[in-house]
Amino acid sequence: MEELLERAKKAAEQVEVYQVSSVVTPVKFESNRLKQVQTKETVGTSIRIVKNGRLGFAQASGNFEPQTLVDMALETAAFGDSVRFDFPYRQPLTQVDTYDTAVEKVSIEHMAALGSEMIAAVTAHTPEAQCSASVTRGLVHTRILNSSGCDASYTRSFFSAGLEGVVVKHDDMLFVGDGRSSCHPLQDTAGITDTVIGQLELARRNANVRSQTMPVIFKPDGVAAALMAPLLSAFNGKTVLMGASPLAEKLGEVMFDYKLFVHDDATVPWQVASCPCDDEGIPAGQTALVEGGTVSNFIYDLNTAALAGAKTTGNGSRNGGLPSPSMHSVIIDGGKTSFDDIVKGLAGGLIIEELMGASQGNTLNGDFSGNVLLGYKVENGEIVGRVKNTMVSGNIYHLLKQIEALSRETKWVGGMLNTPAICCFNVAVASKEG
Amino acid sequence: MRNQIEDALKGHEADYIEMRLEESSLSRILFRGERLEEVGRVAGLGGNVRALVKGGWGFVSFNSMDDLREKVRMAVSQAALVGDGGSSLAAVEPVVDIVPVQPADDPTAVPLADKKELLDGYNSIILGTPGIKTSSIRYHDGRKTVRLASTEGTYIEQERVDLNLGITAIASEHGNIQQVSLSNGSNGDYSAIKGLHDEVRDMAQRAVNLLSAPKAEGGTCTVVLDPILAGVFVHEAFGHLSEADFVYENDRLKEMMVLGRRFGGKHLNIVDGATVPGLRGSYRYDDEGTPAHKTYLIREGILEGRLHSRETASIMNEQPTGNARAINYLHPPIVRMTNTYIEPGTATLDDMIGDIKDGIYARGWYGGTTSLEMFTFSAGEAYRIRSGKIAELLQPVVLTGNVFDTLHNIDAIGNDLEMNQGGGCGKNGQSPLPVSNGSPHIRIHKCLIGGG
Repeated sequence: MEELLERAKKAAEQVEVYQVSSVVTPVKFESNRLKQVQTKETVGTSIRIVKNGRLGFAQASGNFEPQTLVDMALETAAFGDSVRFDFPYRQPLTQVDTYDTAVEKVSIEHMAALGSEMIAAVTAHTPEAQCSASVTRGLVHTRILNSSGCDASYTRSFFSAGLEGVVVKHDDMLFVGDGRSSCHPLQDTAGITDTVIGQLELARRNANVRSQTMPVIFKPDGVAAALMAPLLSAFNGKTVLMGASPLAEKLGEVMFDYKLFVHDDATVPWQVASCPCDDEGIPAGQTALVEGGTVSNFIYDLNTAALAGAKTTGNGSRNGGLPSPSMHSVIIDGGKTSFDDIVKGLAGGLIIEELMGASQGNTLNGDFSGNVLLGYKVENGEIVGRVKNTMVSGNIYHLLKQIEALSRETKWVGGMLNTPAICCFNVAVASKEG
Repeated sequence: MRNQIEDALKGHEADYIEMRLEESSLSRILFRGERLEEVGRVAGLGGNVRALVKGGWGFVSFNSMDDLREKVRMAVSQAALVGDGGSSLAAVEPVVDIVPVQPADDPTAVPLADKKELLDGYNSIILGTPGIKTSSIRYHDGRKTVRLASTEGTYIEQERVDLNLGITAIASEHGNIQQVSLSNGSNGDYSAIKGLHDEVRDMAQRAVNLLSAPKAEGGTCTVVLDPILAGVFVHEAFGHLSEADFVYENDRLKEMMVLGRRFGGKHLNIVDGATVPGLRGSYRYDDEGTPAHKTYLIREGILEGRLHSRETASIMNEQPTGNARAINYLHPPIVRMTNTYIEPGTATLDDMIGDIKDGIYARGWYGGTTSLEMFTFSAGEAYRIRSGKIAELLQPVVLTGNVFDTLHNIDAIGNDLEMNQGGGCGKNGQSPLPVSNGSPHIRIHKCLIGGG
């Protein structure tokens, strides 16, 4: 990396070198049995340069001559965007725990045992369930060096486990599943299997809903499926800068229900999206997004912030290219009512566990529309059965303007969202039953 | 290189081992509004080993080409940890072959300045359309050489070129944001993305028109899908369900998907084939070295075949179809589609629309997904059909279906097959894999759509 930096410095005004190396070991189960063990070692290097005030970028995986990478970056700098920011100086990084040395010591045999344990628990409850499962451990090392003197690096460990089951009866397929992740090794899998068994229990009976607007409770995975894509794009400083966010001119305005508090957080200890700095070497922290329904901030990286006349929030993230604003962990605060009490309070409605295809519409505008992959009908405060062939649609700006309740309990979804269940009234539901 | 690979594979205790080495280069251009946000170059060098021992698989991927033999040893020992039964791979004649790519109009040879100029032109059309707020244009082209060697004596070098262009026009007014996208690609023909000026002008105007378009009401109705959306439909509604890795170890799914079962009317024929030439899903050998096939999934409404890897074919006692594909060296090959389409019928668009009193004409696509039984696919544009005529523009709709009903509910198939080369397919974390899909116009009755 140092050699790359030095070589590039000879050819450009500013240089930044970013390298991430990882070793990831997934243990995979298919059809209720151990199927494959993988080891993936990767190293990727990218270089960002400023030459004649313009940005150049090149990236390589594997071993390349430093000069090759420098030449590639120089070639692109002839066309690059003009640069209005400087790479940061060395700064003290945020203190956050992301590395547990215990993770790399977990044996493949132990990981296989955890997978078998999950499958055994689910098939003991429902023998006809066919499960796929995976248990993964990994180590990721990130380092950012630049010509202003920044040299930031950190290691993150992660450990995740997940299970998906399918139960086929004639022409009916029921999908259930859950997963967990942490920077610590997972101690036991009961949390996952209890959730899956709970889903199997609730889906024992089928129920029908009619096409109409009704109260809907989005459970945490349902929140992720329906609401996250629109929210992530709307609070992204880049979308705001382009004028493509419905919140673009709404900073400080009340756009959501007063009960809604949302923030981005890179500092949750041992969470897999936490980090001491972003991918540009900027110390990472917390950014309030919605406070009591009021839009309070957007998230930025260096470049977007410079163009928008804002300050970076330490959200520069590389997803196989130049840094771009991206959330760390999105935290939606829980409410006062327990999930069970929210259900008990409904005369009728729908609970969405999983929604399929919901983010494949005009998410920029806040629209979502998805098929209920796993969901239940509520009648007189009781869950009466699973619904199928049903679509739920809406616009998050209408929906989140009036939230009936947020559950007290919150849950991590996919290692990047912590949310309660959210109950909204007047959600459009369309059913094949008419 | 070949000697090095073949030496590394020798003398291990395994039923089967293969090694894949991959060299790639990619150029990327990204516009956001007026700004040329990114011009980037990416180079890649990596490989993997996959070993089979007693039915268990070990897989090791790497970037460093040092000590390949040690990597093989590691994959074999991982496989040995897993395996406790018998290995089962359908027999495929070992092949030694070199397959160079012969692109019609090689995008990787086009200077960056020319590409930028072309995209600049499209971008100015969008940004010059009154009511348009901003745009986003993503272009990439890449060239990849893959070497595959196995302990059965296969050694194949295949080269491929792929290019993809996605253009989005975004209109906004009082916090209402509407967008229209266009996606196009090819397996090495740069001219596929030239001359799109009229289409780009239309899409930008449509994005503006959507600002005042009403939303469709949710519920069931008769829909007519254009060839692009019908292609996404066939990919989601039936293509994925035809991938044998979903069914080969599940007895109930095997019963559900028994060959000979009727899924649609006599007019319905669905094909997948990498041998169909010149498309993004075309190739000569899959990533296990099996020669490509053309497979009828449904012939005259009846399930006739499915897509296989060597393992799924062997376990289901069917013929391998050459559908094992890996998106890159970080992943083992899994069963994937290639070029998937509904064969043309005889109806014209006018025939289909003529007797619809109230329905929806849906065109273009945002995306689609499936849980195998149920699937969703979203239209890029939608129009109301009133009394046999295409009427007002509606906001885009998401459509959903159930494989056991929806294919039966196709009551007309057009004569105008078109293939869609945009986008890409995702499965098990491997996305976007170059595929194509297509169809003529089709009509589906009692299709469920989401409202808003």
